[in-house]
Amino acid sequence: MAKITDAIFAVHELEEMAERKTEVNRVHPLVKLVVTLIYMIIVVSFQRYNFFGLFPFIIYPVILLKLSDIPLKTCLKKISGLIPLLLFIGIFNPIFDRTPVFILGRVGISGGAISMVTLFLKGMYCISASFLLIATTGIDGICYALRLLHVPNLLVTQFLLTYRYITVLMAEANDVYQAYSLRAPGEKGVKYKIWGSLLGQLLLRSIDRAGNLYESMLLRGFNGEFTYIRKTRMQDKDYAYLALWLGIFAALFIGIKILVR
Amino acid sequence: MHMADALIAPAVAATMYAASGVTTAYSIKKVRLENDPKKIPTMGIMSAFVFAAQMINFTIPGTGSSGHLCGGLLLSILLGPYAGFLSMVSVLLIQCLLFADGGLLALGANIWNMAFYGCFVGYLLIYRPLTGKTINKKSIMIASVLGSVISLQLGAFSVTLETLFSGITALSFGQFLALMQPIHLAIGTVEGLITGAVVIFLYNTRPELIQKGAPEGSYSFKKVMVIMGIAVLLIGGGLSLAASQHPDGLEWSIEKITGNTELAAKDTYSDAVQSAEKIQEKTAILPDYSFPDSNSPVGTSFSGIIGAGIVAVLTIGCGVLFKMFRRKDSTAE
Repeated sequence: MAKITDAIFAVHELEEMAERKTEVNRVHPLVKLVVTLIYMIIVVSFQRYNFFGLFPFIIYPVILLKLSDIPLKTCLKKISGLIPLLLFIGIFNPIFDRTPVFILGRVGISGGAISMVTLFLKGMYCISASFLLIATTGIDGICYALRLLHVPNLLVTQFLLTYRYITVLMAEANDVYQAYSLRAPGEKGVKYKIWGSLLGQLLLRSIDRAGNLYESMLLRGFNGEFTYIRKTRMQDKDYAYLALWLGIFAALFIGIKILVR
Repeated sequence: MHMADALIAPAVAATMYAASGVTTAYSIKKVRLENDPKKIPTMGIMSAFVFAAQMINFTIPGTGSSGHLCGGLLLSILLGPYAGFLSMVSVLLIQCLLFADGGLLALGANIWNMAFYGCFVGYLLIYRPLTGKTINKKSIMIASVLGSVISLQLGAFSVTLETLFSGITALSFGQFLALMQPIHLAIGTVEGLITGAVVIFLYNTRPELIQKGAPEGSYSFKKVMVIMGIAVLLIGGGLSLAASQHPDGLEWSIEKITGNTELAAKDTYSDAVQSAEKIQEKTAILPDYSFPDSNSPVGTSFSGIIGAGIVAVLTIGCGVLFKMFRRKDSTAE
């Protein structure tokens, strides 16, 4: 049950963050999406031993965290979810790969240790970048950016509807599950015998809800396309934001190449 | 089974994006052709339902542990394979954006591993032919379990391949595979049982909601699929009875490997990984796609584009073949 309420809370929390009016929140969604994707592609393209090349790219999440006024704790909470997976995969590298590639004082650092740290960095950078994108843009903004990128309307509308209804249906699932748990104390999950009827009832209610939703959408003049309130044009400051980040990424890249040589 | 961004190389991510992108475009075209205005809100609500349903734990009898629904097959049974696939894309996008499950770059791979196999292999090639001729409780359950098991096996196999091709870890391909397949056999069985239970409930209460099965005459598929199912069961190496207490089979598999390989780590690496790498070098069209020099993302993305192109051609080729078969079927009728 805690899982469902946590998830509902996470959705509301993100929505509140996206509603704020910080400088980063005001940047055009398309620009933020493009910068995030470029950043992530650069980060994952680093080879597994290239810790020194990868490290300076920490600048992007750090600056964005500062500019967007998002507490570090909230971002770290998101990252922590990924740690077990990274740890399980990364832990092999020091075991399998013991060739020292780097001497620090008297200690030889193995290739495996470096590649494990690199993997962690990549994971943290990517998660924080996508978290900062959604926390400063919101789902509406991302959908608008996707439409500008000519992602088909059917897919975007469907996605937006899903998003609007997940909290409603999660709350409903929570009620059903809570009612069941109260009548079945000490059970870890739903009993086999009522797997079908428990989910089935929830499903039937959802289907009826979809019917009502469609009718009310028609009554409000839905013609297949959502209207975005925040339809905005790219302004000079948006281009400046894009150019600035691309400049920083390029400078880091060139700087690292010169230093490594 | 979500792949994270950190586990995927740009070339692999681009290739998987291309494969999933072509499938998405084709599905959008098919759903548009249906011209059912009610479909979009229904798809939206159904994705939200699957998302909410994934959070409910179901006790697995006799094991004390619990499993949950993935949804690809169920969505296809309710909405058809194309709308089901698009709904799964929404579910995966929400998981990646809001809950950091998977990632933006790995989204293409995750769509392929979890939505494509469930909707097009699990439903279109297994569930529909098996329930096409006679639909009853038994056939629904068999088709659901077989459909889920085979889609999850294929998904797990893809995860292993994608991790190997990304060259991120020193993980041994053979061992990873040997543990990924059996654990996903267990997860697939539970997923199939839950899906089957829900569909049987719907079949009893509102049978009109379930998509009609395949037209009569296409039952020869059944034989092929049963053979394929047995092959996959063999590959999986038998049902892992002790179902995982861990929510994610991928993590469980990796944990299991760490526990097992501590003693013979060095030897295993030199043999298994090297031979896997040799196979990869011999079979790959672009063996140098991961570029030893890390500072060359241009080269990496170039090979990514070529990889993407090859997959696109293959997928379109499959689509054309499917169409030809369809035409043959309809003329035969």
